[in-house]
Amino acid sequence: MKLRLLIPLVAVSALLGLLFIGLGMNSRDLPSPLVGKPAPPFELEALEDAGRTLTEQDFIGEVALVNVWATWCSTCRAEKPLLMELARGGIPIHAFNYRDEREAAVRYLDVSGSPYEVIAYDPSGDAGMDWGVYATPETYVLDHRGVIRYKRIGPLNRQLLLDEVLPLVEKLRAEQEQEAAQT
Amino acid sequence: MSHCPHQPLRRLPLWLAALVAWLLPAGLAMAVAIGEPIEFETEAQQRQYQTLVRELRCTVCQSETIHESNAELAADMRRRVYQMTLDGHDGDAIVDFMVARYGDYVRYRPPVQANTAVLWASPFLLALIGAGFWWQIIRGRRQMAQRPEFTEQERAALKRLNRGE
Repeated sequence: MKLRLLIPLVAVSALLGLLFIGLGMNSRDLPSPLVGKPAPPFELEALEDAGRTLTEQDFIGEVALVNVWATWCSTCRAEKPLLMELARGGIPIHAFNYRDEREAAVRYLDVSGSPYEVIAYDPSGDAGMDWGVYATPETYVLDHRGVIRYKRIGPLNRQLLLDEVLPLVEKLRAEQEQEAAQT
Repeated sequence: MSHCPHQPLRRLPLWLAALVAWLLPAGLAMAVAIGEPIEFETEAQQRQYQTLVRELRCTVCQSETIHESNAELAADMRRRVYQMTLDGHDGDAIVDFMVARYGDYVRYRPPVQANTAVLWASPFLLALIGAGFWWQIIRGRRQMAQRPEFTEQERAALKRLNRGE
């Protein structure tokens, strides 16, 4: 009979526990259905040269990151030094310049340096939608065949690079070498 | 009583304010809708568009549909839904298109599948648990109602109590 009195206590504790776990979860950590799929096709102008048309093929060839950024996005600005470091370390980074103004973006990169190799200019966000972009910044890892192997919504940070991105890049490069050795 | 005739006048603004307060959200909602391309070739297209924008979730402002949201991404998604509707895609194709890019999360009406089983079952489970409690309480009450009468001894004691012994 005494035990029955404990039922509400246990029930409330269980509920509170659940809510507490919920608090710790990041509601923006959404699984991307695009991981494991080939890079979605697009056709966009290059940021620096309106006359040059880029497609997803310009991103593909070696293991690379694809970063989605804009000048109006302060988190992207904060993230850029890390990308510069990565680029210096020999990891190719391509980019979508997302919902931005061409002039502002070009000037920004001129002044503060660019970590990017190929930059596709996506002022309307159409390619962004095909790539499932939620919000800037976002970063994808493509393998040498152009398959999306990883997606990060939000800024990269050093810990994340060490724990997830760099080991993955290593692994994908090993895959590439293995494949090259076989053929 | 010189101020008497003014009273209805004074009351009017309040009444008006209430009306405005009631209608304003509707007006705002219309204003949002007006900024969008909403010309359709057929009734069916319009119906499909209006249904879909209320069934797709804005992925940046997570508790709004793309119909309610003012986020740019929501506007992009509405534009895409509109365009695909005009191009003759049916509702399922458009939802599949969005799910392929943003995951099941974009659907405000989640599909019944393995990872949503708990979600779909929970109302029924809760109802069952509630029914269990209800049954327990009813049974408890019935037991109370069936409690035996006083014994002879108790009755005698009560009588003595009444008499004040």
